[in-house]
Amino acid sequence: MRSGRLLPVSLISAAILAHEVLLMRLFSIIQWHHFAYMIISIALLGFGASGTFVAFARRPLVERYPAAFAASAALFGIAAVVSFAGAERLPFNALEVVWNPWQLGWLAASYFLLMLPFFFGATCIGLAFSCYPRQIGHVYAFDLIGAGIGALGTVGLLFLVFPSTALRLVAALGLAAAALAATGMARHRWLAVGSLGLAAAVTAVWLPPSLTALGPHMSQYKGLRLALEVPNARVVEERSSPLGLLTVVESPTVPFRYAPGLSLANTQEPPTQLAVFTDGDSMTAFTAYGGNPATVAYLDRTTAALPFRILERPRTLILGAGGGEQVLLALRAGANTVAAVEVNSQMIDLARHRFADFVGGIFSRPNVRSHLAEARAFASTTRERYDLIQIPLLDSFSAAAAGVQSVHENYTYTVEALQDYLAVLRPDGVIATTRWLRVPPRDILKLFATATVALEAEGVVEPGRHLALIRSWNTATLLVAKSPFTAEDVAAIRGFAAENFFDVSWAPGISASDVNRYNQLDQEYFYEGAVALLGPERAEFTERYKFDIAPATDNRPYFFDFFRWRALPELLTLHTQGGAAMLDWGYLILVATLVQAAILSAILILLPLWLGRRLFARAVHRLRAGLYFLALGLAFLLIEIAFIQRFVLFLGHPLYAVAVVLAGFLAFAGLGSALAARWMAAVGRGSAVRSIALAVVVIAFLATSYLFALPLVFERLLALPDAAKIAVALLLIAPLAVFMGMPFPLGLGHVGARSEAFIPWAWGINGCASVLSAILAALLAMHVGFTGVVAIATALYLVAPALLAGWWDRHDRQTSQGLVPDRS
Amino acid sequence: MPPLAQCQALLAAALAIAVAVVSTSAPAQDRLAERAAMIETIKSHAGSAPSAVEAQGIDPAVLKAMGNVPRHLFVPEAQRGAAYRDRPLPIGFGQTISQPFIVALMTDLIKVGPGDTVLEVGTGSGYQAAVLSPLAAKVYSIEIIPELGHRAAARLAELRFDNVEVKVGDGYYGWPAHAPFDGIVVTAAASHIPPPLVEQLAKGGRMVVPVGGPFAIQLLMLVEKRRDGSITTRQLLPVSFVPLRGGRVR
Repeated sequence: MRSGRLLPVSLISAAILAHEVLLMRLFSIIQWHHFAYMIISIALLGFGASGTFVAFARRPLVERYPAAFAASAALFGIAAVVSFAGAERLPFNALEVVWNPWQLGWLAASYFLLMLPFFFGATCIGLAFSCYPRQIGHVYAFDLIGAGIGALGTVGLLFLVFPSTALRLVAALGLAAAALAATGMARHRWLAVGSLGLAAAVTAVWLPPSLTALGPHMSQYKGLRLALEVPNARVVEERSSPLGLLTVVESPTVPFRYAPGLSLANTQEPPTQLAVFTDGDSMTAFTAYGGNPATVAYLDRTTAALPFRILERPRTLILGAGGGEQVLLALRAGANTVAAVEVNSQMIDLARHRFADFVGGIFSRPNVRSHLAEARAFASTTRERYDLIQIPLLDSFSAAAAGVQSVHENYTYTVEALQDYLAVLRPDGVIATTRWLRVPPRDILKLFATATVALEAEGVVEPGRHLALIRSWNTATLLVAKSPFTAEDVAAIRGFAAENFFDVSWAPGISASDVNRYNQLDQEYFYEGAVALLGPERAEFTERYKFDIAPATDNRPYFFDFFRWRALPELLTLHTQGGAAMLDWGYLILVATLVQAAILSAILILLPLWLGRRLFARAVHRLRAGLYFLALGLAFLLIEIAFIQRFVLFLGHPLYAVAVVLAGFLAFAGLGSALAARWMAAVGRGSAVRSIALAVVVIAFLATSYLFALPLVFERLLALPDAAKIAVALLLIAPLAVFMGMPFPLGLGHVGARSEAFIPWAWGINGCASVLSAILAALLAMHVGFTGVVAIATALYLVAPALLAGWWDRHDRQTSQGLVPDRS
Repeated sequence: MPPLAQCQALLAAALAIAVAVVSTSAPAQDRLAERAAMIETIKSHAGSAPSAVEAQGIDPAVLKAMGNVPRHLFVPEAQRGAAYRDRPLPIGFGQTISQPFIVALMTDLIKVGPGDTVLEVGTGSGYQAAVLSPLAAKVYSIEIIPELGHRAAARLAELRFDNVEVKVGDGYYGWPAHAPFDGIVVTAAASHIPPPLVEQLAKGGRMVVPVGGPFAIQLLMLVEKRRDGSITTRQLLPVSFVPLRGGRVR
């Protein structure tokens, strides 16, 4: 078979992966990230449905393979645009689900619409497997390599074009795959190729803008939409990258006056500001500055200004500079030098160039340096030493309040991160972290616990002497000092708090009579929590607390996950009485997504499999073969996702990690699949199970040794330039991925030789397992850490060959005795 | 004019007046049972003793005021069916009408007296202003979004909440012409409390600010200006919740 025949498989596979990555982006903009995740994982069940469809309609479709492939790929292209246009018009309001469960009906409608492109795209690949049962290794290789290119390509593409344009290009790619496939048609070939090619070209260049426009469909409760409701407010600049859509808004009639944590003692109105929204939310501001520090005096009266009271002309590092509010504060407070670290290059560009005059050129001053880096990666590699590390508030209050980030790993607030920060501090240096105040406390107590453990790990005997916590009515700032606070420091902290009506919730020497003075809580949870976390009852307190405030670690970096099952009944009872804000929805949504995906998988895959049991696949032990492909699908994704998380730290950016690890795993697994095909051609099919066994043993060995070796490798090579680190990452992934690419085609060839009808099922089951696995990986990592996730995946790999081995041998024995082989 | 025609004209006028009376008084009479049930729900939530409710419970005058305001006329047509359920409802423009229980708490917290002047920042649907209307001498309300402001003003006028005055504008500066205010309700979310509002709060006055998202109030902040001019704030949970299992912290 000429490889050219399989090129459409690569193209459609690239388009599917690109569409998946893109939908994540699109829904993060119009809804919120966790709902985006939910919608897309369910949509991916289109894979499972396509497996069922192809299994039933295999014969007529395979007979007309080029035409069926072309039609399906064309439908993918059309559905990619139309389903999204339809889904974004549904009046689904994520925030209202608590109050009105009927909202879930709209969510279900989104699932159905968004499933369509995945259904058509996966049908193409399922057809290819069915049409070339003897070249499964090759088909799989083309599929995986296409997927790898699609994933990496979309990330690259999103740097160049807006998501709405990318959606057009993905649809065009589907149509191009259709045109290419149509070249194999027996009749009407050139008519089909010509019209599909033309459709691809037209789609790539132009579509009615209303089909792909995002703005009008963004949730009306997002900060950007709210800001634009104000008279005369308008968008003055827009930038897009895979990291987010940045929208700059000016509002001359009713100015933005963004100053979280501002004291009630302040009387100054903040100067003119431009708001910068990321994905329509998470606001930061560019503040107009003409060089006169008096115009921003109000910044002295925010909780984040506390460290400047105890440090003289500090060399300041700001981890997450955003619009530059903290840079301005540092300059006003007389910082010696300021290093402003920001992860989004477009944010830096806006601040340093587009709005440089507006912000008074603060980023271009001789003593200010901008660094494009992820916070943690910068702290782990910098050779500079600082007096102050500021970690400001960058997430929106509503995001924090809704628990949106709970399912995201975050390496900024782990025990190891705080140790890294302490390491770059000069002897009298201080880390200052500001968070939104939530009552009852969650993140602030977790941060306090994390700092305590980090200080102890650095050999500090009395961590309480290194910590200070103050709070306003809506923010809290925690100071972590490298050396114990002196009596003068404590006096300065108390003085600062008193001047601004802030409460001191912890400082060395504080007593119960000093707390809860200005912003009175019915109980001083913060002070009481601090005392408990510093004392002998720490473990008991953490255990008894109804939110999870145990420190986050690099192995379990879920700082924003506070959810505890045992608090759920009480919180559910209270949620309509005004307690809705105490439920962290992120985790629950993840669980709900998993349950839904499992149920839908059963309906889409297992039920038809059972109903059609008499029609085909009699020669295969369906349950065990099904479990085999389920185990592989689960294990592959578990390892892949655990490695993405692990490589975030090394590659210094979540985006690099996703792109490099995903592309690396897919492409090298594709190579492994091709190698397996050659191997089988050389040694014959009979040895499939043995080959699988060999492959999984190698996988288990490599995965386990990486668990132990990677942290050491990373530590040594962290200082290498980016390109070298990407090369190292790919080299590390290659051997593991090559072997991980083998069990699927080997098993499929093995089973397909007995029953070609089972091939589409296997493909569908594997697809569904990948969906479940993506959700499961996040849930498992929150509970057992990445180490646990990799261990589970290894166990699944090791069990897999046994599922195939037993029935194959027995089947041969039974058939030789003239028995019906398969009765499951 | 012939007598018959005169009679007809009189009859027509009487009918017109009757219709007018019915159309203005009917809404208030409408859905009384639902409103009574809503008040019971509020009482039962308050009875579970969250920190935002004082020992004696929510002031009966507040409950009476809420019992008289036709909430269903303050929500969009599509939401009218759910108007008396104890939940926030969307009113367009990314804004909501608060859950009745939260409205009751906020109104109760500012302790409005018959002679008081109250400022509301964020008119929204106008419902909170309508609830404040019978409790206070005068209610001033500022709305940032013109469509909402004009709609609420028309609705409040139509329903004869005559002591409420609505203007469209920037709430940051308060309404200095009518300051000082004995009570201030800030329903529009803000990253900080505008200094002019603190300034316009009368000595002994109370300001309440809900903190949280549009469909999930986290806590209510109460700002009090003492007789000596000093400021304190209290952060009150709308629910009774102890974060430690098996008792209170320490």
